[in-house]
Amino acid sequence: MTTEPTTPAAPAPAVRRASTRDRAGRIFAGLSTGAGALILIVLAAVAGFLLLEAWPALTAGAEELTSISWIPDDGSLLTYVGPLIFGTLVAAVLALLLAVPVAIGIALFISHYAPRRLSSALGYVVDLLAAIPSVVYGLWGGLVLAPLVQPVWQWLSETLGWIPLFEGPAATPARVMMTVGVVLAVMILPIITAVSREVFLQTPRLHEEAALALGATRWEMVRMAVIPFGRSGVISASMLGLGRALGETMAVLMILSPGLTYSLALLLAGRQQTIAANIALQFPEASPLGVSALIATGLALFVITLAVNMLARWVVARRADFSGAN
Amino acid sequence: MTTTTTSGRATGAAPSTRDVLTRPDTRRKLVDRTMRGVVTLAFLVALVPLLSLVWTVLVNGFERLSPYFLAVSMRGVFGGMDAGGIHHAIIGTLLVTGFAALISVPIGLLTAIYLVEYGTGRLARWVTFFVDVMTGIPSIVAGLFAYALFAVFFGPGVRFGVVGAVALSVLMTPVVVRSSEEMLRLVPNELREAAYALGVPKWLTIVKVVLRTSAAGIVTGIMLAVARVIGETAPLLITLGVIDSINYNLFEGRMMTLPVYVFRQYQQGLVPCRPEQLDCIATINFDRAWAAALVLIIIVLVLNLLARLIARWFSPTRGH
Repeated sequence: MTTEPTTPAAPAPAVRRASTRDRAGRIFAGLSTGAGALILIVLAAVAGFLLLEAWPALTAGAEELTSISWIPDDGSLLTYVGPLIFGTLVAAVLALLLAVPVAIGIALFISHYAPRRLSSALGYVVDLLAAIPSVVYGLWGGLVLAPLVQPVWQWLSETLGWIPLFEGPAATPARVMMTVGVVLAVMILPIITAVSREVFLQTPRLHEEAALALGATRWEMVRMAVIPFGRSGVISASMLGLGRALGETMAVLMILSPGLTYSLALLLAGRQQTIAANIALQFPEASPLGVSALIATGLALFVITLAVNMLARWVVARRADFSGAN
Repeated sequence: MTTTTTSGRATGAAPSTRDVLTRPDTRRKLVDRTMRGVVTLAFLVALVPLLSLVWTVLVNGFERLSPYFLAVSMRGVFGGMDAGGIHHAIIGTLLVTGFAALISVPIGLLTAIYLVEYGTGRLARWVTFFVDVMTGIPSIVAGLFAYALFAVFFGPGVRFGVVGAVALSVLMTPVVVRSSEEMLRLVPNELREAAYALGVPKWLTIVKVVLRTSAAGIVTGIMLAVARVIGETAPLLITLGVIDSINYNLFEGRMMTLPVYVFRQYQQGLVPCRPEQLDCIATINFDRAWAAALVLIIIVLVLNLLARLIARWFSPTRGH
């Protein structure tokens, strides 16, 4: 947007001096355009090379695939990747359900409740959560959080055990999907909070003041002016968080006790596994065909996250068009 | 509100209206109070894991952290030996992350320049969109990509430093583009126009005026991008493997990095110690993991802090 004023100024000299325009300028323009194009090429290359390396597994016969120890006996890649996709989705959706309400609360707190002078410092504190490496979250989740939440999961399975989700008895140690969900939720909090906060801060001042002038309390102002304005922003923020939770590896790998079933039991060990954690777990000791099969599952993950992210960005972009914020 | 009612005027009005206007609406007030509590609680809830994590890493990591721990590798360390350190992992992290920055900073910066200064039409829109999409690539997929790319040329089982650096640069480039683009857009157009008016060619304007004005912001963005990828584990686990000794060569042999070291120690778990072994520490692997995690967090936080300080000290817009 800001470059618009320059465009009328730039072509004028460019046209006049087109013949004498120095080579450096052309090289520089070419370099930067090339870098932009390279981004697109890299993204295409990611898909291309993954497909290339996954091809042997995709085309291999059932007998060849069954020779890999962790492929199910029917030798089908689909029956192998199915539970993995299921586990990935369970982990990500669980994390999202836990994180979104808290993230909206934090974003509102920072944008509309906290004292103005404090709010940027508080935002920085939440950003700190994003700065902590995932492997440290895994370490903390495995050694500190899992023993800590075990009694809570125990209680949950005893009181709500009739719901299939909380089927008991809760596993000890708590290397279960529920613990993973909590850790993933903490990890995606910052991105959801940051985007929601930005959107909430963009609420037109006049809408807020009009609501207050009509006698609305602060909460009514938030509910009637801020949340309707920020709804699509929160949705796309959640999808960005979902994309991140789908691809998270280390926290899942270090906490979850893996299993390959279509089970929704969140408190039982050895039921689910995610694609990313499975790749990291099996990759170091896989045979060439096994590596190829793992890359095929990685391709599935890539397609899923790409779809989620493109959808999220599309919602954001559509919103930017009519918000008039820029 | 209720204290300001004037009794004189209210006598003429219908009592019900006066009631409506002056009676404190307890339900609405209660809802307002409750929601304020809920919103504040949400913030405090988010602080709990942060504090718990930082505290446990500090307490558990501090015990093992010493100059010795930083100065030695894990070569020849086994069982519950009270020895071993992270020297090889620190060197690996610095080399791999540095090389990743070497790849992604020029590409990212040039792409940002393209988007802000040259980009018009469809290509620019596509680049903007796909840079955003690229920030969402799962780190393990970036690792698989780098592996697949090099496996095509070097055969299966390829593991050396540059592969990891390529994986990290796939993750780092979009972050550099995003932050640099933001900084370049902040440069006032008057500066560009002034340079054009003096007959300076466009590319020289970009190099001498635009980049120089936004230098601090760009450096900040790059440091934040480095801080983001320095803690990446999964892609390096795939592309670099695991090793116990020091390797300075990015082009040959496996390399250890700090995050992978933390994972490796965690994975090895408790050491079975016989009671008569006095020098055997059962939790030695976890202790090392905590200490390495502490070093990692310190590096990340220092990078973050430095980045923000640079942004504050050298910011050209400070006078506003």
